[in-house]
Amino acid sequence: MTESGDRMSLDTLNPRTQDQEQTEREEPTIRLMTTPPRLNDSAHADPAGSGDGVAMRFPDEEIVFELESLSCFYGAFRAVRDVALQVPRNKITALIGPSGCGKSTLLRSLNRMNDLVDTAHITGSIRYHGVDIYDAQVDPVEVRRRIGMVFQKPNPFPKSIYDNVAFGPRVAGFTGSMDDLVERSLRRAALWDDVSDKLKQAGTALSGGQQQRLCIARAIAVEPDVILMDEPCSALDPIATLRIEELMRELKENYTIVIVTHNMQQAARVSDYTAFLTMGEDRAGYLVEMAPTQELFTRPANRLTEDYITGRFG
Amino acid sequence: MSAARPALTGTDFVEQRLRGTGTTDWRSWLLEGALLLSLLIALGILIVLVGDTLIKALPIFSERPIEFLTSIVSARPERAGILQAIIGSLTITIIVAVLAIPIGIGAAIYLEEYARDTRMSRFIRTNIRNLAGVPAIVYGLLGLAVFATVLRLGNILLAGGLTLAVLVLPVVVITTSEALSAVPNAIREAAYGVGATRWETIRSHVLPYAAPGIFTGTILSLARAFGETAPLLLVGSIAGTFNFVGPPWEQAFEGYTTLPTMVYHWSGYPQDEFRALSAATIVVLLGVILLVNASAILLRNRYDRKW
Repeated sequence: MTESGDRMSLDTLNPRTQDQEQTEREEPTIRLMTTPPRLNDSAHADPAGSGDGVAMRFPDEEIVFELESLSCFYGAFRAVRDVALQVPRNKITALIGPSGCGKSTLLRSLNRMNDLVDTAHITGSIRYHGVDIYDAQVDPVEVRRRIGMVFQKPNPFPKSIYDNVAFGPRVAGFTGSMDDLVERSLRRAALWDDVSDKLKQAGTALSGGQQQRLCIARAIAVEPDVILMDEPCSALDPIATLRIEELMRELKENYTIVIVTHNMQQAARVSDYTAFLTMGEDRAGYLVEMAPTQELFTRPANRLTEDYITGRFG
Repeated sequence: MSAARPALTGTDFVEQRLRGTGTTDWRSWLLEGALLLSLLIALGILIVLVGDTLIKALPIFSERPIEFLTSIVSARPERAGILQAIIGSLTITIIVAVLAIPIGIGAAIYLEEYARDTRMSRFIRTNIRNLAGVPAIVYGLLGLAVFATVLRLGNILLAGGLTLAVLVLPVVVITTSEALSAVPNAIREAAYGVGATRWETIRSHVLPYAAPGIFTGTILSLARAFGETAPLLLVGSIAGTFNFVGPPWEQAFEGYTTLPTMVYHWSGYPQDEFRALSAATIVVLLGVILLVNASAILLRNRYDRKW
């Protein structure tokens, strides 16, 4: 009874006004803490883990990435503000949120892909198996070899299917049987049956869904530890999308996957953990909450999350 | 209101809109006519010029086409030929190719792929564009001052080659830069994403992708060097040199002549015989340039088809 009373008062006391937005923008994590859980669920919204600049913790998981007060900038513009989160191993972690909330920027900072943008820089830290990947002594090329990436638009090299897959291992100095590696990678990407008889044909001649699976094969050919996926299905039809999702579930046996998606159903279908980001009034994205996917979608701890996943945001 | 304007829906309105109001759109008709006229003027001038040259050159090519190409310069028009000029032009083009292409492509790769986008790099980019627009005669003065005088090369073929190399360098840099910046970033990201270094990315993906554009740009800049006259007049290209004594590489340190120089030289004579020589040289020059441009297009298409 008290629970429902609390909820009512919360709703009436906190209409979504400009003031509230303001508060959230300045102190997002404090608000996260002060929002009472909807239900008596101690596992949910672990209060110990959601302090300012401290990641929500998953004590049962082995942690691959640990982000602490991570802010990403393009020149003077702050695209991502003070994100603290953990990415568990051999799980699929989804980043969801409205357009422009910095999901992709956050993802691209995980393998230093944003180094390619002249004006981009970060503050805070990203630890990968405990190592700060932005440390001056860390080689970004090695970071990207371990942390592969699949992009929004399928971007096979304008070369043969074989060369697409073989390029990564080649530059990494792979000395084993390249034919075997190419076949293995294509099989793991569920593409082998489609292309086994046309490995010399151009990768760009494949269909969109096949191209994206080729890109996944290319990413796993260098045997990375993590695969980052930036809206990998946004250019694909529903059937191709389902195949990629199936593939992701298989891949998480061996890889840690972080996926950015606009599609909440997709996040709900494939991911184990979901982080919801939104944009403050300074247009900087920040983390609202992160939780096991099931819980985030059924019992969001934060009002903003609930509004977003039910389609009532803004 | 409803009386002044037809209803905005209904079949009558749609029909009226689709069939038009029956009046001719004079403005668009005029514009189209003006654009067509511009094209005809441009084409017409070209046809008259080329036609006139061909007619003037006809006697030479009908009477002694081979002798014209294989004879050396002579004060007697019926014996004069352009062998020296052909050799001089080709040698200069080779010097330009050897110097300007690697340096220009290297500079462009640095600008596009390595240099950060700073105020300085933008300043440099802008000025390379400006350099490409500097009149050729200014490069001639530069060649005269730097290569011929300060470096004490004198009025020799090498000085001419160096001058033209400097002349086309900005063009090579610009066309290569444009070809490189047209490479989709997705290609670079894909290569970096599997752990390629910057150079591996450039060599394996960016350069092959940009190759057709780079080829065309550099070949066209060579065609420009081939046809350039003014700067060479300042660094010693004169009619009737090349002694053909000694091995070919020594010719680089001799006086020289080129096809455009011969055109200029012969067109200064009042006699029709020399005018004909000049016209015939123009035809040869145009022929070579057309050939070069055609090969640029062929090369580009061939590389395009590879993918």
